[in-house]
Amino acid sequence: MTATALLQVFASGLMTGLIYGLVASGLSLIFGLMEVVNFAHGEFLMLAMFATFGLVVFTGIDPGLLAPLVAAAMFVFGAAVYALVIRFAMRVETNRGMVQIFATFGLSILMQGAAQYLFSPDYRSIRTSWLGERTLHVGGVFLPWPLLFGGLVSIATFGGLYLVMTRTAFGKALEATREDQGAVALVGIDCNRMFALGWGLGAALVGLAGAVLAVFYYVFPGVGASFSLIAYVTVALGGFGSVFGALAAGIVVGLVEAFTAVVLPPELKSLGIYALYLVIVFLRPAGLFGKF
Amino acid sequence: MPHGEAATAESFRSARVRRFLVAALVFAALALSPLAIRSVYLQNVLVLTLLYAAVSQSWNILGGYCGQISLGHGLYFGIGAYATSVLFVTWGILPWGGMIVGGVLAVAVALLIGYPCFRLQGHYFAIATLVIAQSGLVLMQNWDFVGAARGIQWPFGPDSWWTLQFARAKTPYIEVSLALLVASWLATVLIGESRWGYWWRAVKDDALAAESLGVEVFRSKMAAAGVSAFFTAVGGGVYAAFLAYIDPDAVMSFRFSLLFALPAVLGGIGTPWGPLVGAAVLVPLGEFSRSYLGGSGSGLDLVIYGALVMAVALARPQGLLSLVPRRRAAP
Repeated sequence: MTATALLQVFASGLMTGLIYGLVASGLSLIFGLMEVVNFAHGEFLMLAMFATFGLVVFTGIDPGLLAPLVAAAMFVFGAAVYALVIRFAMRVETNRGMVQIFATFGLSILMQGAAQYLFSPDYRSIRTSWLGERTLHVGGVFLPWPLLFGGLVSIATFGGLYLVMTRTAFGKALEATREDQGAVALVGIDCNRMFALGWGLGAALVGLAGAVLAVFYYVFPGVGASFSLIAYVTVALGGFGSVFGALAAGIVVGLVEAFTAVVLPPELKSLGIYALYLVIVFLRPAGLFGKF
Repeated sequence: MPHGEAATAESFRSARVRRFLVAALVFAALALSPLAIRSVYLQNVLVLTLLYAAVSQSWNILGGYCGQISLGHGLYFGIGAYATSVLFVTWGILPWGGMIVGGVLAVAVALLIGYPCFRLQGHYFAIATLVIAQSGLVLMQNWDFVGAARGIQWPFGPDSWWTLQFARAKTPYIEVSLALLVASWLATVLIGESRWGYWWRAVKDDALAAESLGVEVFRSKMAAAGVSAFFTAVGGGVYAAFLAYIDPDAVMSFRFSLLFALPAVLGGIGTPWGPLVGAAVLVPLGEFSRSYLGGSGSGLDLVIYGALVMAVALARPQGLLSLVPRRRAAP
């Protein structure tokens, strides 16, 4: 295998990995804030992709430019899911873990069914994007623009997230809430409101990921399943609750997947990711950057 | 107080007798139910209900009693389904033998998985079981010897109890699924009363405290995993004989792993009747809404099913079984 070919695999693995990190970021943020694994995460992504698709059809604006709008809509959706479902799951006294798993699993089935009912199970794709068929050609390496765009959005998002978490009062309140819910209540932070905002922010991050993916991936009701599994592995690999761990783990997952596809038949590429997860948690039972 | 102790032992024994009497009545009623339920469609629903109850009971042993939440039981179900199908279709070994082979194979796999995984905690454990089951799915989808993604079609043959193949009759499958449910129920209750059962509950409540009191935590988890995997795999074998056709997605997808946990959780996790109660609500509702609303894949049936799962999980966190008033706490 030539150096250029290796570089090609590395570059596309890296870009895919950045996007995986973005897909996982919302899941990780929500888990870090309140220890809830959202089993409807893939369906949040599916909804964002359909929202992007719908907006492109109705407005004709390029999907790349619509990403902020989709993120805003998903923010509202995420906060609403918290207020209507998760809030009640948090109040439960017995079996809280199982109730959270199955309340969100029920939500995922409901959302998939609703998408099938409203949009039919057909596969759709956006063909009008300016990014669509273009590729960037640098030193023998070809990178499709949609993938590159996704990677750039991911970097920008994590940069922005870092600033929000460290520089704003909201970010500090979020961090304080995840550390100690009882104590923040004493200084006048409304936990319920922080949780709702956290779910909004988590869903908005998925919204960005969905808008980016909709540019080059098929949009259909079951699309979430293929990404949610990777997102769970990414979040666990980075260490549950570590948002920037999710970025690092996403990149590792993307690279391992790309290189596995070189060594093994492409159908088996996910085995590389699964093996990686197992090896890492057997060595470090709390993931790469997790705290117990 | 000797007198008090004697009275407690007495009431313990009578509660136990009553529990087995109730079980005998329930299972006898279920065994005779095909006499009353004549519709083939309803009998089909009954087969699925009993099978889900049995497999969910098996999941309950590890997840409900021992507190180890597995999201990968689809793997054991798949192992049972594939062992039974491959042995029968390729070498003509009767499904009864195939189920046992599948069960033993699943126990071996469960112990092999448990050895490294039981050191993991909470979500890391759950995701590890998920990832291992998913790896199994990917391997089966690409393994030509077992038909890869095309799956395995059982040959057509005359109706027979030997091969467990019946073209039209559903009653035999009802009885076989019920037998598996009875077996897994008995295993749960009998082991639950033994020292192992107390160890499992101690591990579930507080593994660290249990360890310090001399409970062999690791061996308890391994034992629970083995028993649980065995019955799950036998269930997979019955399911394969019932469908007479299997492919990887039809017997071991991630959704299956969640669907096996679901009846136990919604019925009452860690209780002997929870899985049956949960399955009796979930499976018929799922099947009826699919028949009446799900035509041409409209998705409306999924909306209702999903909403129901959410509603029960949120409204009855202790499970539906908690709606039944109890006269006396179970021993």
